[in-house]
Amino acid sequence: MARDTSKLRYAETHEWVDAGDDGVATIGISAFAIEQLNDLVYMDLPEVGKDVAVGDEIGEVESVKAVSPLYSPVSGQVVEVHTELPDNLDNLKEDPYEFGWIIKIKMTDASEVEKLMDHAAYEKQCSEAG
Amino acid sequence: MNLAPATTPLDSWHRQAGGKMVDFAGYALPVQYAGGGIVAEHQACRTAAALFDVSHMGRLRFDGVGSEALLDHLLTRRVSDMPVGRVRYGLLCNAEGGVLDDVLVSHLETPSGQRYHLMVVNASNRQKIWKWIQPHLDDFPGVTLTDRTELTAMIAVQGPKAIELCDRLFKVPPSRLKYYRATITEQFQKPAIVSRTGYTGEDGFELIVRAEDAPRVWENLLLAGRDHGVIAAGLGARDTLRLEAGMPLYGHELTEQIDPLSAGLSFACNLKDRSFIGDEALRQIADAGPPKVRIGLLPEGKRPAREGCDVVSADGQVIGRVTSGAPSPTLGRPIAMASIDAAQADNQRFEIDIRGKRVAAIRTALPFYKR
Repeated sequence: MARDTSKLRYAETHEWVDAGDDGVATIGISAFAIEQLNDLVYMDLPEVGKDVAVGDEIGEVESVKAVSPLYSPVSGQVVEVHTELPDNLDNLKEDPYEFGWIIKIKMTDASEVEKLMDHAAYEKQCSEAG
Repeated sequence: MNLAPATTPLDSWHRQAGGKMVDFAGYALPVQYAGGGIVAEHQACRTAAALFDVSHMGRLRFDGVGSEALLDHLLTRRVSDMPVGRVRYGLLCNAEGGVLDDVLVSHLETPSGQRYHLMVVNASNRQKIWKWIQPHLDDFPGVTLTDRTELTAMIAVQGPKAIELCDRLFKVPPSRLKYYRATITEQFQKPAIVSRTGYTGEDGFELIVRAEDAPRVWENLLLAGRDHGVIAAGLGARDTLRLEAGMPLYGHELTEQIDPLSAGLSFACNLKDRSFIGDEALRQIADAGPPKVRIGLLPEGKRPAREGCDVVSADGQVIGRVTSGAPSPTLGRPIAMASIDAAQADNQRFEIDIRGKRVAAIRTALPFYKR
């Protein structure tokens, strides 16, 4: 079942968060950001088991032109990493919200999700940027 | 102070085409256009042709008796032996031999028979070079220097189909010019300087037209190539193309802290029987051997090594740094140019520190790509 983007939360730095009822957040990067980055060539992801806080660098994506860090939108422990993704970056553009999930974090404070932007606020940010 | 970037005469075209505009050396210019991306624009240039707005490059005109003597004094190569129609690459150095800029000088003749020299400088160095030349004008009182940058536009047409496709647009077709030759011609009764030069490793030409004529000329060029895959390309593709072609970029491979011999440009420094600013310093460097060498590297894996990454020798010593690095669209792998200690010049295997991770890199000959 496709992920409903209107129910996701978004960081200012373009990561999306799908907070599950089990306290695990699935995280990816938005279609807008992928479109902006264009020509992706490399992605570096964290190790499973790494503890992260909001705003920590959890990896990076590289386009032909530049490196862009990925920031954790929530605090917790990395419990799963999408290891197939770096070798299939072309698919990220086609399907940023399903195939394009990047990591899963077991959250230590689920209320952090509420501080992120909702879909409407994120769309507003993108339209102002674009 | 927050000055808005200057715009080129093609600014509204770029914006209408969805150009992703950035401030580059004080000018608003597109990194890439909507719909394609850097890789697509790069490949269009390698397989068909691409148009680049390079109006940000500075254009300085030298008129009058003494121009050749002045240019001979400023440049690492002789200008006074250039016949009309010749273009020459050279460097302006300071007294210590540091590179102030790398430039192209053309010797041109107007239809009314007036001869002059035109120097194309890097956008970021235009003010610096203008100021650098001023005190020397006193020693060459017959020379008039004018900055033609804002009165004109500059367009590069690069790629295997560039010459053939655009030939019929010009009174003097670009195909009549040999490599590194230039002439004053017309495109639909509009005056234009055409030179068979470029910065992509492809055949092609560069065009200077009056600012007011630029949008029309640009449209004509695009129309001529429309059915052959010719598209507009931004600064992103220009950078990956020139890197594949192994061409130095000012601020990266060339700076005031590096001498041209260390940058691998000894071909552009005529030190024999010549006197110019920096000649003594360069002779000393040549005699002692340049302290650095510019090399090409192929980092292993997919991760590009970017400018500033340390280059490390087999025994773990930092021996240089990457000056330009990107994924090569043509080769499908990362490529990099680096400046390393000359003592390491015979080595073939290095490591590059890419933000804390060591990646093996093998030395390769420049250019990375040759047509």
